[in-house]
Amino acid sequence: MINQAPAHLWLMIIALAVTAYLFKIFGLVILGSRQLPKVFDRCLGLIPAALLAALVAKDTFSIGQSLVIDARVAGFAVAVIAAWRRAPLIVVVVLAAGATALVRVI
Amino acid sequence: MTRGLAPTKCCTEFFSEFIFCVKRFFAPLAEPAVRRVVIASLTLGGAVGIFALSFGVASVSAGASVWQTCALSLFVFTGASQFSAMSVVGAGGSLAAAFGGAALLAARNFVYGLALSSSAKSMAGSLPRRIFAAHFVIDETTALALAQESPRLRKIAFWTTGIGLFSFWNLGTLIGALAGSAIDPQKFGLDIAFPAAFIVMLLPHLRSKLGRQAAALGGVLCLISISFLPIGIPILIAACAVLVGLRK
Repeated sequence: MINQAPAHLWLMIIALAVTAYLFKIFGLVILGSRQLPKVFDRCLGLIPAALLAALVAKDTFSIGQSLVIDARVAGFAVAVIAAWRRAPLIVVVVLAAGATALVRVI
Repeated sequence: MTRGLAPTKCCTEFFSEFIFCVKRFFAPLAEPAVRRVVIASLTLGGAVGIFALSFGVASVSAGASVWQTCALSLFVFTGASQFSAMSVVGAGGSLAAAFGGAALLAARNFVYGLALSSSAKSMAGSLPRRIFAAHFVIDETTALALAQESPRLRKIAFWTTGIGLFSFWNLGTLIGALAGSAIDPQKFGLDIAFPAAFIVMLLPHLRSKLGRQAAALGGVLCLISISFLPIGIPILIAACAVLVGLRK
């Protein structure tokens, strides 16, 4: 079903583009040339680990604000095994999507 | 007059110059380490392209036009925010609510910018270049760049991931938007594509003990806070997990 396009959607898109860019630009452009203390650097280096894990948890076990267990868990399990066995990324993604799709059919 | 000869000579010279430039551009690929990084970046781009298809479909079915959908991918270029904004719009939520959730999700790019700031100079030297590079500061570029040991590989990882991903993301969005509701992304399990790619990207960061602790804590913090905090905030709460780096 195709919904009606809300009025002022363009406005939101522009606002979002500007906001997203401002967030992105801070570290590279404003902070860019400064040397940070060692401890700080070590913590910042851990950011991908913490945030990627959080994103995986969110995208696998939740819809909106509720925790759910559904077909995505199968894809998640397959992805973990495939990634751990060092399968190439594209293979991991296709296997995970396939597993999820399969469980939804069953 | 020798004018008749000049263009051909100029042409061959230009051509050999062109070949030389192309060769020099691709020369680093002879190194296995560089090749590994480039292949990782491009396959990630391909996988993300698949996911972009489902964004295109979702956005158009939520009521956006093809132009609006493409504008989101071109100018916002933060997958999770785009998805969240359009799913709120599609569910009939207000534009303010759609914007709020998406902006909070985009806020993590601020944290990524911080993480990349110490390599900013080696990755994108001049100020204009840094301003340009900032558009590519997202989950994937940060994860791949920071997984490299040397500044040179970091730079290569950042740019190939950034530009490759941008191309695939926008191409996928366009195709998805044009296909519209003809395909159902859920039916193909495309909603797991992003987390699956993230799992692969997470691996190199789990080599250190601190990395494993940060990942475990980040995941747990996110799941605990998800049910009682608005969209986007749990991810920022999870960022606190990096504080495990304080002790040692």
